[in-house]
Amino acid sequence: MTNAQRTKQADDRWNWLWEWANPVKFMALSGKVLPFAAAIAALTLVPGVIWGFFFTPEADKFGSSVKIIYVHVPTAMMAINIWVMMLVASLIWIVRRHQVSALAAKAAALIGMVMTLAALFTGAIWGEPMWGTYWAWDPRLTSFLILFLFYLGYMALWGAIENPDTAADLTAVLCIVGSVFALLSRYAVNFWNQGLHQGASLSLDKQENVSDVYWFPLVLTLVGFVALFVLLLLIRTRTEVRLRRLHALETRERMIDA
Amino acid sequence: MIALLIRDLRLAMRAGGGFGLGLAFFLIVTVLVPFGVGPESATLARIAPGILWVGALLACLLSLDRIFQLDYEDGTLDLLATAPLPMEGAVAVKALAHWLVTGLPLTLSAPVFATLLNLPGTGHIWVFVTLLIGTPALSMIGAFGAALTVGLKRGGLLMSLLVLPLYIPTLIFGAEAATRGTEGMANATPLALMAGITAGSIALLPFAAAAAIRVNLR
Repeated sequence: MTNAQRTKQADDRWNWLWEWANPVKFMALSGKVLPFAAAIAALTLVPGVIWGFFFTPEADKFGSSVKIIYVHVPTAMMAINIWVMMLVASLIWIVRRHQVSALAAKAAALIGMVMTLAALFTGAIWGEPMWGTYWAWDPRLTSFLILFLFYLGYMALWGAIENPDTAADLTAVLCIVGSVFALLSRYAVNFWNQGLHQGASLSLDKQENVSDVYWFPLVLTLVGFVALFVLLLLIRTRTEVRLRRLHALETRERMIDA
Repeated sequence: MIALLIRDLRLAMRAGGGFGLGLAFFLIVTVLVPFGVGPESATLARIAPGILWVGALLACLLSLDRIFQLDYEDGTLDLLATAPLPMEGAVAVKALAHWLVTGLPLTLSAPVFATLLNLPGTGHIWVFVTLLIGTPALSMIGAFGAALTVGLKRGGLLMSLLVLPLYIPTLIFGAEAATRGTEGMANATPLALMAGITAGSIALLPFAAAAAIRVNLR
């Protein structure tokens, strides 16, 4: 690296952010953040779910089945947001080559896949009493199934490649191309079949929202699921970083032996 | 570029496999469907465009790993990487060669196979037109999938898992355009959207595929 480049790097006004891409610093920071994330997740999820499940009235036409909303909506939201987070992490990896970023994308994939599955399953359980069917080729259901396939392919590619840097590069490319095609599929599916789902019911536009009785516990669970994701992501990324260190140590030992 | 195209075409012709097998596979899928769903011509005619599209898509998938695998194994790909031709161009040419030996024969034979499924007359034209516009996208997306998995020993199955979700939008618009055309409805919208996907894939995916190949050759 030439001196000019070094100065340029030092002057980067985003340095306060990129600093955390250093694995040592990341481990220190994430270790401190972990208990807070755990506390927020516990403090929002437990009351949110209890409030939602036991202390909300039964809605007309829905009966008690409405309560599944406190799992269904947050998991569905996280399923999409985690993919977006993976996309951002992949872009950072491709542009700035920060190892932690690639490892975070890898760590997020499994959580995202579980969230997608949870959203699909709770949706099926909710759909049976409401629509009379566990599954219909409704656009949102179909898009989530497709999203699930994308998670599956992404993780399979991570698993198949031995060299970690090659795997990180290729999965990042797949994530970027996959995002474009996932978005295309979303609109294609909309075009292909009209749905059973209601329109937006959580937008900030108050016109067609759910009523406040259901809204407040839902906000709690939404926050709770975000905190839960941050918690799980940090734990998994820390494990990945440690695995990488272990691998490096083993390699060094073998080098010394040889 | 042209030399590379001619070389790929010649290899595909003389080595056999690729182009005959894809067509045979397509024929078998078309023949199997009536055994599965029953011989009523009304049912068959209704699902024919969709079956032909799915059949063509699977036949296309079958020969994808040939795009880069052999060249990777015998070192041609390394030579291509050091050649003055940019890797993006090489990828595009290879996708074109794949389309010429798989997509084009599939498109030409689809109207013939459509007769087996009792597709009404107007449907033949629409199946032909939609496949003609859509199969280049299938080849290009497939080349991207093949580029991702070229370094793997048994990448074929993984590649199907990666490529099939990427095929979904093309399949939806293609089959929808063919079905609507057959039933005499307006189908300009899905046709235009599918053409857009094809054009976008051809314009952008060579860059992604070339990046993947460079990573795999590292």
